[in-house]
Amino acid sequence: MNLARNGSLIGKSDRKRGGDADRDAVLIRFPACTLAILLGLGAAAFAAEPLDVKIGYLHRPQHQETISLVQMPPPNDGLAGAQMAADDNDTTGRFLNQRYSLIDVHLKAGDDPAAAVKQLASQGVSLVVADLPADQLLKAADAGKPHGMLFFNAAARDDRLRQEDCRANVIHTAPSRAMLADGLAQYLVWKKWMRWLLVVGSHERDKLYAAALRRSAKRFGAKIVQERVFEDTGGARRTDSGIAQIQQQIPVFTQEAPSYDVLVAADESEVFANYLPYRTWDARPVAGSAGLVPTSWDPSNSLWGATQMQSRFTALFKRQMTDIDMQAWTAVRMIGEAVSRKNTTDEKTIFAFLKSPELALGAFKGQKLTLRDWDLQLRQPILLTDGRMVVSVSPQPGFLHQFSELDTLGYDRPETKCKLQ
Amino acid sequence: MQAAMTGLPNNKVTTGKLHMMWRAGLLGFALVVMLASPANAYLAYVSNERSNTVSVIDTDKLEVIKTIKVGERPRGIELTKDEKYCLVAVGDDDTIQMIDIQKGEVTANLPSGPDPELFILSPDGQHLYIANENDNMVSVVDMATRKRVADVKVGVEPEGMAISPDGKTLINTSETTNMAHFIDLATRKLVASVLVDSRPRFAAFKNDASELWVSSEVGGTVSIIDPAKHAVTDKISFSVAGLRGEAIQPVGINITKDDKTAFVALGPANRVAVIDAKSHKVEKYLLVGQRVWHMAFTPDQKYLLTTNGISNDVSVIDVASLKVIKSIQVGQQPWGVTITKH
Repeated sequence: MNLARNGSLIGKSDRKRGGDADRDAVLIRFPACTLAILLGLGAAAFAAEPLDVKIGYLHRPQHQETISLVQMPPPNDGLAGAQMAADDNDTTGRFLNQRYSLIDVHLKAGDDPAAAVKQLASQGVSLVVADLPADQLLKAADAGKPHGMLFFNAAARDDRLRQEDCRANVIHTAPSRAMLADGLAQYLVWKKWMRWLLVVGSHERDKLYAAALRRSAKRFGAKIVQERVFEDTGGARRTDSGIAQIQQQIPVFTQEAPSYDVLVAADESEVFANYLPYRTWDARPVAGSAGLVPTSWDPSNSLWGATQMQSRFTALFKRQMTDIDMQAWTAVRMIGEAVSRKNTTDEKTIFAFLKSPELALGAFKGQKLTLRDWDLQLRQPILLTDGRMVVSVSPQPGFLHQFSELDTLGYDRPETKCKLQ
Repeated sequence: MQAAMTGLPNNKVTTGKLHMMWRAGLLGFALVVMLASPANAYLAYVSNERSNTVSVIDTDKLEVIKTIKVGERPRGIELTKDEKYCLVAVGDDDTIQMIDIQKGEVTANLPSGPDPELFILSPDGQHLYIANENDNMVSVVDMATRKRVADVKVGVEPEGMAISPDGKTLINTSETTNMAHFIDLATRKLVASVLVDSRPRFAAFKNDASELWVSSEVGGTVSIIDPAKHAVTDKISFSVAGLRGEAIQPVGINITKDDKTAFVALGPANRVAVIDAKSHKVEKYLLVGQRVWHMAFTPDQKYLLTTNGISNDVSVIDVASLKVIKSIQVGQQPWGVTITKH
């Protein structure tokens, strides 16, 4: 699998799909009249030239290193998911005379995302999947606004992007921290693990995750019996004989806590959470950033036909599919869904379709996925995984909602601070 | 019946004939009684996805009379036309197994391609068409030579399979492409693809060939397609009081021989919808077991059996009264069901 460099076209040419000759052969099999009738698309379907759907992909300089070697982010994390979805869209496109290409822009540290967006705009790209941190995403979205560009946030979990900093041209396929925390909290409450010891990292995003967990605890009736901060004092995540020290440090760090049922860790910075399981002073399970982790996807997920998705992904990329891959896949599939239904690349029509109840996205989540019209967040179930198995899926039974049980996860309509503009 | 069959010499032809004679005799003496009495003793074969078994149900007694061990993850299930074999797709073993009906055990494997799920036999029984979800193909297996003879490229994740009543057209639905593909069986070429709602799982023709019905599991609808025009002409939606729309996930479709009534299994809605097949109006929802996916009529159409994946049972619907009359416990996660015709 070739990976594209800045601004180069990827998609059909470097794939094992059989190339253009094969596609032409398929198209020729349709008598023109049949094609027009079956597509019901009118004269546009007669056009010899396929509808070209260009999708930009903004790729962050580097993903977070992890404590665990097996969880280290692959270099094409996210991008691979987008590529597979473009591939899937292309297979469908063969029958509809639509063609998809993905334009990957890999930002380097210090690059201005606004410049990358302008470059994409000049290439006629109006649909962009972004794997960017919150601030960079906002810069990109605002730079794309005058060009009428529509963005899909496939990675940033920040609640502010769905709340006070929401944008009318940003759809979120990544679940927010609030959704992840709510998904976890519902399960812990269902288990009657009501007393939490909350351990928070010292970085900004750890604090944001902790805030989401506090909100969830309050929402679902759990009690945080104590909070502790795990200070990042620097140093390497893994060393040859590091384990000896950790075995001493973690019990000491977690001792003398008030009675608790579960230790909940907020450590998006990957400084300490994965050191906690099996090492706590009290014999207690760990959840949050380690142990039982809420996520949109896990390579172990085999529910709802997901096995097919996993095996197709592994066959293509020789690695396992991550949550960022899934969120990027979902974004590109949303575009494909809109284009196949509306037969247009016009971003306004696509946007209107995606926001409407017409959208019924199949994404191996056991039900159709739709957008929240108040903040453009994709409704989705949250998987709870221990890294080997999917332990449960939230929303949990009994958490009811008058409109959609998926809206028990994250900020609901009455709570929103988002004013889309 | 089972005892009689196992007591006979191990000769398929002889046993088959005796079986028929036995049934003919029975018919002769019971013809009048039959109209009011329970259905004839057909055998229903149910694939249990999690148990790796096939349960055999006597549809007269409405109880399991035998359980057959099969490979990993049995799903799609169908009898050969001569009813000597029951074919079952065992996805995790990447094959379709042939259960010898008389021996009551797996005696052969067919080359299916990876992870087979649903398949269908040609009306003459000579070819088997298999949906291969992992490589976006429909594979054709010659049943005489038991060899894979052709592949047809279709959309992403092919699943549902149906053959037109004239035997000329194969329908395949692709779950991620969201289409019903029309394949001409003479040339094995794709002739049309019709867009339907999300995740089409199952396709069924009316017996008079006037309509093709395709269920969309995630979309929550059944599309009615004009098979001549290759166009969606109507769409059936479902609504059950007190149930969220997302829980309504249509999968299996069975239409009565007279084309008057259609039954649609609604998955986690735990209900089977009864539809006036002419007006396409939903008339009734029948509460069955949990996560109902596939169904089969007894040949006399007295009963409709449904597989309920989460409650590990088969519900028996009395077709005339539209009542669920019994639940039969089978193996874990029953998936598909097929019933003998003789």
